[in-house]
Amino acid sequence: MKNSRRVDLAVGAFVAAGLAALFVLAMQVSNITAFQRAEGYTIIGYFQNVGGLRERAPVRLGGVQIGRVSAIDLDQNRFEARVEITIAEGYDDLPSDTAASIRTSGLLGEQYISLDPGGMPDALSQGDEIMLTQSALVLEDIIGQFLYNQGAGGEE
Amino acid sequence: MTDWLERLGSSTLSNMATLGRAILFLLRVVAGCGELVRRPRLLMRELYSVGVLTLVIIVVSGLFVGMVLSLQGYYTLVDFGAEQSLGVLVALSLTRELGPVVTALLFAGRAGSALTAEIGLMKATEQLAGMEMMAVDPERRVIAPRLIAALISLPLLAVIFTLLGIFGAYVVGTALLGVDSGAFWSQMQAQVSFADDVLNGVIKSVLFGLVAGWIAVFNGYDCMPTSQGVSRATTQTVVVTSLVVLALDFVLTALMFD
Repeated sequence: MKNSRRVDLAVGAFVAAGLAALFVLAMQVSNITAFQRAEGYTIIGYFQNVGGLRERAPVRLGGVQIGRVSAIDLDQNRFEARVEITIAEGYDDLPSDTAASIRTSGLLGEQYISLDPGGMPDALSQGDEIMLTQSALVLEDIIGQFLYNQGAGGEE
Repeated sequence: MTDWLERLGSSTLSNMATLGRAILFLLRVVAGCGELVRRPRLLMRELYSVGVLTLVIIVVSGLFVGMVLSLQGYYTLVDFGAEQSLGVLVALSLTRELGPVVTALLFAGRAGSALTAEIGLMKATEQLAGMEMMAVDPERRVIAPRLIAALISLPLLAVIFTLLGIFGAYVVGTALLGVDSGAFWSQMQAQVSFADDVLNGVIKSVLFGLVAGWIAVFNGYDCMPTSQGVSRATTQTVVVTSLVVLALDFVLTALMFD
């Protein structure tokens, strides 16, 4: 009888330790509270080229993360990339002429969307479109342009 | 030449027959799991011998795997000035891959082999046949609690392994290598997602638990009832479990993280 109680105790401690470890992994390692999907409102931006931008990439304003990219697909009429941006609930008074550009963090880092606030009094809301967008810089284009300029300069 | 083909054919046929027996066996055992609701005490004892007794090796190896990962990762990252990302490297590799896989391999060695030997010896000493004589279904009474215990234990062990690995990496990284502890945690929290990384790791380890438990109890149940048969089945359990876990891990990784 005593022995079986000890077994119960050990199993209970084992299961509790496992669940506690999962809880710590959730809270301390993966920060479960940060930017879950489907909270906040969604705005849309059309980009000529999204480069290496991916879904769930961060959206920052002034370097502070305020949302995530929730979907990227091609608009069949405009032949431009349609990017859905989900902004967290607290940030609901962005000016309606806010501009979006795709940037790279560091030289080799991930790509993210940087928002630059405008000056209009009315705010962006669910489903609005961002009018001013700037595409990702494609390294090959820049190098190509540079070589072309060099070649043109050399002939003079 | 015909000899060789004949041997290939017969070994293929016998392997297929074994696989078929294993699948039918699993279905019967799963169908017999209802018994455990009425007798949770059976499960308790198995959870103790399968889970609690494996805890020591998991704790120790988790700590050391994390510490080594931290050391090796640091030497590569420091060349790029990215040693602040040490936490991300350690946490992602542990939650996604090393936690579930290494735990499953250790589990096969520590608990799977014991399960096979125990059941095989029960068969060799005709305890299983004796149970059947007394109208006690050994699949419900002996096999089902062991399979379910493996299924429950392995995810818990994998989570504990992962957490201790990250803790070991933290201790080595901050105390020995001088990585800033704030950057270690904050970069980790920014990059590791609960749904995509931690939960997928847990799903992996549940599947590994099912596979490891299944192979262990089937090999014991299916072994030749001699001392040589039991020893061969025990070896078989460890080898097959390791191979299946590694192959399954590749498939799961390809499906989960595109």
